[in-house]
Amino acid sequence: MASGEEDGTVEEKETNNKKRTKGAIATAWLTFYNIAMTAGWLVLAVAMVRYYLQKGTHKGLYRNIARTLKFFQTFALLEVGHCAIGIVRTSVIVTGVQVCSRIFMVWFVTNSIRQNEESVILFVVVWTITEITRYSFYTFNLLNHLPYFIKWARYNMFIVMYPLGVIGELLTIHASLPYVRRSGMYSLRLPNKYNVSFDYYYFLIIVMLSYIPLFPQLYFHMLRQRRRVLHGEIVVEKDE
Amino acid sequence: LKHVEILDAKTKDKLCFLDKVGNIFTFNPQWYPARQSIRLDPKGKSLKDEDVLQHLPVGTTATFYFRDLGAQISWVTVFLTEYAGPLLIYLMFYFRVPFIYAPKYDFTTSKHWVVHLACMCHSFHYVKRLLETLFVHRFSHGTMPLRNIFKNCTYYWGFAAWMAYYINHPLYTPPSESTHTQTLNIQLHIFCQIGNFSIHIALRNLRPPGSKTRKIPYPTKNPFTWIFLLVSCPNYTYELGSWLGFTLMTQCLPVAAFTLVGFIQMTVWAKGKHRSYLKEFRDYPTLRSPILPFIL
Repeated sequence: MASGEEDGTVEEKETNNKKRTKGAIATAWLTFYNIAMTAGWLVLAVAMVRYYLQKGTHKGLYRNIARTLKFFQTFALLEVGHCAIGIVRTSVIVTGVQVCSRIFMVWFVTNSIRQNEESVILFVVVWTITEITRYSFYTFNLLNHLPYFIKWARYNMFIVMYPLGVIGELLTIHASLPYVRRSGMYSLRLPNKYNVSFDYYYFLIIVMLSYIPLFPQLYFHMLRQRRRVLHGEIVVEKDE
Repeated sequence: LKHVEILDAKTKDKLCFLDKVGNIFTFNPQWYPARQSIRLDPKGKSLKDEDVLQHLPVGTTATFYFRDLGAQISWVTVFLTEYAGPLLIYLMFYFRVPFIYAPKYDFTTSKHWVVHLACMCHSFHYVKRLLETLFVHRFSHGTMPLRNIFKNCTYYWGFAAWMAYYINHPLYTPPSESTHTQTLNIQLHIFCQIGNFSIHIALRNLRPPGSKTRKIPYPTKNPFTWIFLLVSCPNYTYELGSWLGFTLMTQCLPVAAFTLVGFIQMTVWAKGKHRSYLKEFRDYPTLRSPILPFIL
């Protein structure tokens, strides 16, 4: 009887130890990941500022940073994985939609079309500011040492950044339409043996229209999170 | 005699109390009975319509919690609407109603026999579903949330239009398979339609009219039901088979996509049903898989 009990507690301790090591590995990896991403987007920010200071214009700036941008933005696919395996407690779908829309912009919209430089710069700048704030927030959170101004930045700057980014993205997609139509790129016409067709031009229009239902949902989701975080703070202060 | 009070599950406000249990209809006329969810625990499961106050685990004072389920619509209405759509929509494409294809094709018919056959199969499939909804199915729940009708109709109507557009297109490319292979595909489709119908009849016969009892389904004299030996939800297995046959017959990518999405959804449902069978019946046959014999 006594030995049976001992075995039980030994097993429990082992599973608890395993859980704790898994948790420690996950935290270590996430900390490394978020530091690396913060650094990456900082590098982008610095490169953009240097280019502008040296050349005095934003023309050609996108082409200059395109490769670095694509690298770090694509790396963000890992975040979907983090949600899927449960080490980050966010919905896989929300993260998936966010990351996919970024990847779509960077690989399929800007990558293949000569486009209006201004709108591209607009959303790239917005993304850079947002991502530096977001990844440093996660990093400090994981290190349990969150400076108030980072928390403030994360839950307030999006109010302006998010709409600005959307405007930049929509203007860019819109500007790419004439070239897409002329070149017929990424499109599949009938007849073919799969009996399906795809018109990239109309697809882009549908993507633009989809911002109408999707953007408010994500925006209000952030607003609700903000209220919860700041509201929670007020309650704590009152007690003290 | 019991004293019954009913509280709102979220705010714990006292909504009303009753000496003889009447109904909460009088408190808020918007809350018709189908919308009312009454439970013993705020986060627990809803009580059933058939539950009797005497037999519930409560003392002399019973506290129930009320939750508003939102606007409801009957299952029959939803099914009829979501199935009538594809039937009519596909026919519109088949007859090449104006404004779909180029004007010179208006009201023409395809020269490929497989296109005519596809229309017959697709139409028969949805007529069968409509008739089953009216005469065969015995529904466990009377209603579902109203927003489901928009979601479901978008899915069914959308896919039907997408498939029908290409199959009935003037530039449709018929499969290059031999007539022999095509005959096999058609036979698969028809075989599975009969199978699916047989399962629906068998499930209906498990449940006497008006009742909501649940029993383990078993193979009957009908050979199409012998698949119950290996599968918990053979209606979904046959449904997958039907659409597989239709996909192979038409060689149309949108049809393959519809089959795939349907398969994923039905697998989710089958696994859920399989799990609840296992939970409810101690002696549930162990050889059975949810949807695909031995595999899934």
